[in-house]
Amino acid sequence: MSAAVVEIKDVVKRYAGTPVVRGVSFSCGEGEVVGLAGHNGAGKSTLFKMMLGIIAADEGDIVLFGEPVRGRRFREVRRAIGYLPEHVALYDNLSGLETLRFFARLKSADPAQCKTLLKRVGLEQSMHRAVREYSKGMRQRLGFAQALMGEPRLLLLDEPTNGLDPEAIHTFYDVLQQLRQEGATIILCSHLLAEIQTRVDRLAIMASGRLVAQGTVAELTDVAGLPARWIVTPKDGAHEWVRNVVLSAGFVPMQRPDGVVEVTVAMPDRMALLHALAGMSDALAAYTLAEPTLEDVFLRHQRVAVASERAA
Amino acid sequence: MSRPAMSCWQWRLVMAIAAKEWRDRLRNRWVLAVAVVFATFALLIAYFGGAQSGVVGLRSAAATVASLTSLAIYLVPLIALLLGFDAVVGERERGVLDLLLSLPVTRAELLIGKYLGLAAALSVATLAGFGAALVPLARAMDVASLVIYLRFVGSALMLGLAFLSLAVLVSTVARDRTRATGAAIALWFGFVLVFDLSLLGVLVASAGSHASAWAPYALLLNPADVFRVINVFGADALRSSFGLGTLMAQGWNAPATLYTVLAAWIVVPLGMALWRFR
Repeated sequence: MSAAVVEIKDVVKRYAGTPVVRGVSFSCGEGEVVGLAGHNGAGKSTLFKMMLGIIAADEGDIVLFGEPVRGRRFREVRRAIGYLPEHVALYDNLSGLETLRFFARLKSADPAQCKTLLKRVGLEQSMHRAVREYSKGMRQRLGFAQALMGEPRLLLLDEPTNGLDPEAIHTFYDVLQQLRQEGATIILCSHLLAEIQTRVDRLAIMASGRLVAQGTVAELTDVAGLPARWIVTPKDGAHEWVRNVVLSAGFVPMQRPDGVVEVTVAMPDRMALLHALAGMSDALAAYTLAEPTLEDVFLRHQRVAVASERAA
Repeated sequence: MSRPAMSCWQWRLVMAIAAKEWRDRLRNRWVLAVAVVFATFALLIAYFGGAQSGVVGLRSAAATVASLTSLAIYLVPLIALLLGFDAVVGERERGVLDLLLSLPVTRAELLIGKYLGLAAALSVATLAGFGAALVPLARAMDVASLVIYLRFVGSALMLGLAFLSLAVLVSTVARDRTRATGAAIALWFGFVLVFDLSLLGVLVASAGSHASAWAPYALLLNPADVFRVINVFGADALRSSFGLGTLMAQGWNAPATLYTVLAAWIVVPLGMALWRFR
């Protein structure tokens, strides 16, 4: 990993004595895209707010670009950060362009960027319309454009694709990809795990204020130890034969009412069954491997965390 | 981050926030609506204020100001409180506050910027409203009358700014908009209605024996009463026509003292709001 852009160490935050973030340590480097996943109330947004210096951590240290967030020089660091909150209403009486110009002034950014950014998020036709006339998706795109103001080197995006249509989501991730190639570090909170699965370098999973797991998607899948599923469709009259072959290979077939056979296998054994299936390909109409999704992995880690907390 | 380090206080950012607030109030026609309300009431009072005594038409500036003072004591605080009560808590509920605080803007710059923008809207509405009423009234005024009227407009402006400071303080303290609304209404009732009634009640109950010594000073604890006293003592013809306002102790009714107290009512709540919002 290159130089750390974000360094979080043993951070604790309590509201009215109740801990909402508990001993979180985390870091990420330049050009990394990190997904932050967790149930509602897991502490993700609170962690973002502490990273931005909006609220103070009760314990621990948060350092961005080498500067402590509560330090005197952090104000300067804020220029290099783009933030998109989960719920943002912006200003109904301003147009999209006026909104961006307002944020450009506050960020000491070049106002000439505003039109370019609006074009980048697909709002060039609506830039002079009042924000009150914008749809939810258009507001979200305007919020994203605001986050991109001043060419930020760190982007903190909280549920960034909320309310976006599929095309806008595609555009959003294209822009993220460009920013990543330019060296920006991106941390995004999302409930849409399938959406971010192939778009993040690492994933950090939070549950009940703790960081319960972090790593690449492959690492987290391995640690979770979830099985894969072979979904086998036998040709007419071959069901019994397929069932016997699967059994003789040491696996347990489950026949669905539609005749399709599902075989659950541990991840390391999935190739062994593939060899068995390949040997009877004449009897099969189709066979596909369903590996555990990021959602399965996330739920597994979360359940383990909740169970160990209850046990403690 | 190759730019030079930012100084502690940046007026450029304060003015950007103030300009946004001002534009917002202009766009939603708040400034126009309030100016029209002030102008309409001022003109109605100027022409029909003497109707009870069977006279319709322009009266003396002193009489007009006396009637306008009674109106402004109710109206100006209410409008100022409505303008500022959600300045901070409303932004928080809309999710914009976190976004603003994530930018290179300090909390003090944000709050002062907001206050200045709202104050500009209130000031322009007050000056335009009462100023527009001056046009037809000016024909019947001599210089002394004009001074009385301008003093009324200036003190009404200060009264508005004082209640705007209180509203912004409420906005930083309240946990949500509903509570802020309740607190703003309570402040209005407290300062405009309950305070004077309570003071009168104490005076009457004590038959003036003890309370008369401190009651005049107690008026300074209410910006609405300070405003009333400024305008009552500004015109000899009015002194006898007001109740509590005429209680004011000698030495404390000097215009400079009263304006200083009213200015303190602007600065102190705003200072408390800044301290609370840190």
